[in-house]
Amino acid sequence: MKKTLGYIALFIGLIAFAYPFVWMVLATFKPEVEIGSLAPFPSVWSLDSYRMVFETIPIGRAFLNSLIVVASVTCSVLFFGTTTAYALAKLKWKGRETAFNIILFTMMVPFMVMLIPLYTLVVSLGWTDSLIGLIVPFMMNATAILILRQSFLTLPTDILEAARIDGCSEWRILFTIVWPLSIPAIVTAGILVFIGSWNEVLWPMMVIRQEEWMTMPQMVALFSVGGGAQSKLGPQLAAAVLLGIPIVVAYLYFQKHFISSLASTGLKG
Amino acid sequence: MNWKRSKSNGSGAGLGQRIGYVMAAPYFVHLAIFFGYPLLFAMVLVFHRWDIVTPMEFVGLKNFTRLFHDDLFFRALLNTGLFLVIHIPLQIFVSLFFAELLNSKLKGRSFFRTIYFLPVVVSGVVIAILFQQLFAFETGYINSVLSALGGERIPWLVSPEWAMPTIALMATWKNVGFYIILFLVGLQNIPASMYEVAFLEGATTWQRWTRVTIPLLNPMMVTVVVLSTIGGFSLFIEPYILTGGGPLNSTLTALLYIYNQAFYFGHMGYAAALGLFFALIILIVVLLQRRFVEEDIY
Repeated sequence: MKKTLGYIALFIGLIAFAYPFVWMVLATFKPEVEIGSLAPFPSVWSLDSYRMVFETIPIGRAFLNSLIVVASVTCSVLFFGTTTAYALAKLKWKGRETAFNIILFTMMVPFMVMLIPLYTLVVSLGWTDSLIGLIVPFMMNATAILILRQSFLTLPTDILEAARIDGCSEWRILFTIVWPLSIPAIVTAGILVFIGSWNEVLWPMMVIRQEEWMTMPQMVALFSVGGGAQSKLGPQLAAAVLLGIPIVVAYLYFQKHFISSLASTGLKG
Repeated sequence: MNWKRSKSNGSGAGLGQRIGYVMAAPYFVHLAIFFGYPLLFAMVLVFHRWDIVTPMEFVGLKNFTRLFHDDLFFRALLNTGLFLVIHIPLQIFVSLFFAELLNSKLKGRSFFRTIYFLPVVVSGVVIAILFQQLFAFETGYINSVLSALGGERIPWLVSPEWAMPTIALMATWKNVGFYIILFLVGLQNIPASMYEVAFLEGATTWQRWTRVTIPLLNPMMVTVVVLSTIGGFSLFIEPYILTGGGPLNSTLTALLYIYNQAFYFGHMGYAAALGLFFALIILIVVLLQRRFVEEDIY
């Protein structure tokens, strides 16, 4: 009895969390007039909504921009994140503790304080309306460093010492010994940065005005709000589906990693 | 590069000295430019009027006096407060409910967990566009169902009373999956012996909940409350897409107001002052929450 109730509740949850997405995807194939109706399936399957998206906005270009930004930011965060984390976890140098405390301090400052001055800095560097302006300020990430440092701390120092005695440089130790042993942490940090970067919309809304430099979230948001969709519901939903698909596919493929990766941000706090 | 030499010093204190600096340097150079400088510049900007195009003009404390007389600043605070008052309890209740279910021995748990988590990874833009249509007054799915069941249509996003609660509902829907996972971890960290003791002493299910589960979940509660609060102050794209801050400024949020001041009116100095103040308020609220929600459980 109790079990049955449990399953009923779980299924109600399933409908609550999954059905809106199912409805959305089905609605993009409906003719415009049917979107408000309660019928789950379209009477005629139509691609008009998607056609209008592709004809009205350069969504392919936005996808490419997103890809470039996300790839650059993620690679950079992981590369510099591992070098910094390695220096903090396994190398001895003066000021190391201070350096670590500075990183902790940066994480306590609400980003609202930084928002406007960071924007004016990017303006004076001449980086508005360019992908550089979307990438460079986010090439380093304190959370990633914390995750990687935590993992590096657990590595036995003996292995590193042995490699040093064999004449390995610290760079080789980092990339041939530490990296392969820290794959889970690298994946965790990588996914975190990937999701954040793919979904980032506030910063692009500040620094990008020209359509050709927009990433997907901004272009889809402005398409919906700014009248590009001419108040048509189908194309707005179709654009949203196109924005959602890459991350949903990645999520369903790496779901366990996604969940533990995002959860780690809460569990540390 | 010098790392080879530092290595040849052999083991001991000198080891890795230089290479440590070399490896950490890029991060700290970047930090100085993109964190340190803006942070310092913020302290300058708040005393100026600046539209980015013409030269900065020193105005002393004017941005702050203006802020204390700015109805919209207080309105944004009030709206955020309303959001949090609805969002936080709802979030805790729903995610705790499902976490407890997923912690029992039901089949297919990982499947359900995967689906519940889906809205967490999807962009807020997608969720906002989806909810805008589901909750539309005339054509929305929710109102169509309500009226088909004989109920009245609810002005979800078009009335000042309903708009913020609707956004709180949406944010809850988006984040519950995340907090389910946190509570699941919390539940699994509660030692089974605690429940055994409760059982031996004849505790009812309710007592087991209020005396064992809830108190021992306190660290997670604190995390949920704090993260939700920061999330509430960071609401931007949701009201931007759903309501544009309206109707009658009922969904104007901190970030939306900063954004409007900076990019519609070109008031960089005032926007920076707003940012500073909202940030201070966040820090104070979070400190108070830690003070009053956190308990010493061990």
